[in-house]
Amino acid sequence: MTALRKIFARWLPVYAGLYIVFLYLPVVFLPIFSLNTAVTPKFPLEGLTLKWYEELPNTPALLDAAWNSLVVGIAAAILSTVLGICAARAITRYRFPGRRTINGLIMAPLVLPEIIVAVSMLLVILQMGLDLSLMTVVLGHVLVCIPYSLTVLTSGFEGFDRSLEEASADLGETAFGTFRRVTLPMVTPAIISSLLVSFTISLDEFIMAFFLTGTKPTLPIYIWGQLRFAAKLPGVLALGTLLLVGSFLLLTIAELLRRRAARRSQNTGGAFA
Amino acid sequence: MPEHTPADHRTMIEISRVTRSYGAFKALDDASLTIREGEFFSLLGPSGCGKTTLLRMIAGFDNPTSGTIAVDGQPMDGIPANRRPTNMVFQSYAIFPHLNVEQNVAYGLKRLRLGAAEEKRRVEEALAQVSLTGLGKRGATELSGGQRQRVALARALVMRPKVLLLDEPLSALDKKLREQMQVELRRLQQAVGITFILVTHDQYEALAMSDRIAVMFGGRIAQVASPKEIYQRPVNRQVADFLGGMNFVKAEIVEENGASLVVDTLGFGRVRTDKPAAFVRNGKAATLGIRPERLRVLWDDAKAKFEVAGRVVERHYFGEITHLIVEIPGLENPLSVTETNDFGADDIPVGAPIRLAYDPDALVAMAD
Repeated sequence: MTALRKIFARWLPVYAGLYIVFLYLPVVFLPIFSLNTAVTPKFPLEGLTLKWYEELPNTPALLDAAWNSLVVGIAAAILSTVLGICAARAITRYRFPGRRTINGLIMAPLVLPEIIVAVSMLLVILQMGLDLSLMTVVLGHVLVCIPYSLTVLTSGFEGFDRSLEEASADLGETAFGTFRRVTLPMVTPAIISSLLVSFTISLDEFIMAFFLTGTKPTLPIYIWGQLRFAAKLPGVLALGTLLLVGSFLLLTIAELLRRRAARRSQNTGGAFA
Repeated sequence: MPEHTPADHRTMIEISRVTRSYGAFKALDDASLTIREGEFFSLLGPSGCGKTTLLRMIAGFDNPTSGTIAVDGQPMDGIPANRRPTNMVFQSYAIFPHLNVEQNVAYGLKRLRLGAAEEKRRVEEALAQVSLTGLGKRGATELSGGQRQRVALARALVMRPKVLLLDEPLSALDKKLREQMQVELRRLQQAVGITFILVTHDQYEALAMSDRIAVMFGGRIAQVASPKEIYQRPVNRQVADFLGGMNFVKAEIVEENGASLVVDTLGFGRVRTDKPAAFVRNGKAATLGIRPERLRVLWDDAKAKFEVAGRVVERHYFGEITHLIVEIPGLENPLSVTETNDFGADDIPVGAPIRLAYDPDALVAMAD
């Protein structure tokens, strides 16, 4: 047993290292090849250039797609956050029958096969006689984003001590004043965090958009379309790199805000037994 | 602690026939109470006795189903919490986590628009009152339990309320800090002269701090009196039991008049005692009570005017004191005796014969 354990102990760091490489190497290739002068992505690099990035703003179809994604992302983020606030408030503040079941149902899209959900949504939307448009993409994205919104918001609202609002009233503040001076500052970080997470998810969501989009493509759909042309690849890589960096920044900010919100609300109880 | 009597006996809070029901359950059942200006008043009872419900109704977080509460002569019906002349120290302290100590204390002052200088002066004054001078810039999340408690106190006191409400403010602190805060709270109350109403389930806390105590059980107020009176002259077995150890002896009433009561007991013979104010006779049966520390061990040939004899059956050592369990012929239950260890009570062998002296004044007759 101990011999076996020793072997494991020696190889565990190697395994962990390989795992990380496997996970992130492709991601590192993206920015590297986006700087390559040659069109084909292979080593050794021919030379370094920023021309693929410089060409991006000169591609009208790309700009349209980016605009569409921005509109969809903002709409989906706001909708899923508003719905998430209602759900998170209900789940953290009240005890009612079916609370856990409802929580589970809201979280379910996280694990359901997305393609099945997308096809089902397409069928429902067509049945209802709606035309496919950016609006239908927004609906699909809200469904995908809500579990993330709910998670972030629940962690921000949890442990929000009700006596904080009572203390504010006790000190002479009105209901609106209490909301403005206590409730809002306490939950704002979580709300912003939820907006950022939903926006990021919507920005690079493909399957829902693929099924539900009409004539206007979102960025991932545009990228997918460009992949058919070998000559367009470096441009796609450059665009992908920008998306990657943007998403990474947004999610980092979101996580920092979420932690701050959680820390605040968890500290209110103090040594309360 | 010097005996404190409020300068005048003006009524500060008048609770008349207040009931709070939740469906069929009555959290508070027809409670009436008068609390005087400048008094340190405690609501004492086990959890679920209605003490917190009553406090929250005084604060305005809850409303009576029937009955009225008046603060300083003004009925509080329909007046929300934010317009009442009361302030509260919450059990969880409810310190605003996104504000620092100073901002927490100044929270309620902001609405009064006192001007920056006056506001700062009031905040400094309140922080000094609770010994937090210099900690104003400290973040709310960087405070210890004791400091949070002081911030909560300062935040309420700075509003100069007519009544300060304290909901189990010391229950989250460890024993040593709790005892220190009891002394400090009492001192603070005497310094500011504001009426304090404390909710607690800790009888020692209530006894140590209060001018008067209301003992509550099951939504009803059982007795309202000074700590000494509550401890020495409990109206019934429930109150006696809640306020520490008490030996109960079966008694039979042989005579009752306006002020006194004569009862027959097996162990203590015929005893004449003061009649408790709220005594309600229930046939001939009554209970005679005596606190364990009011029974003294008689050493060697010492004699006492009133004594009972028996045999030690158990001995428990507690450092400065020893608990003896003594069987007395004729008594249903053995007596529990607390004796200091100065004369060697911790060395009395189990099984030894023992004589106990008592003062008949320490015997109290109670309704069954």
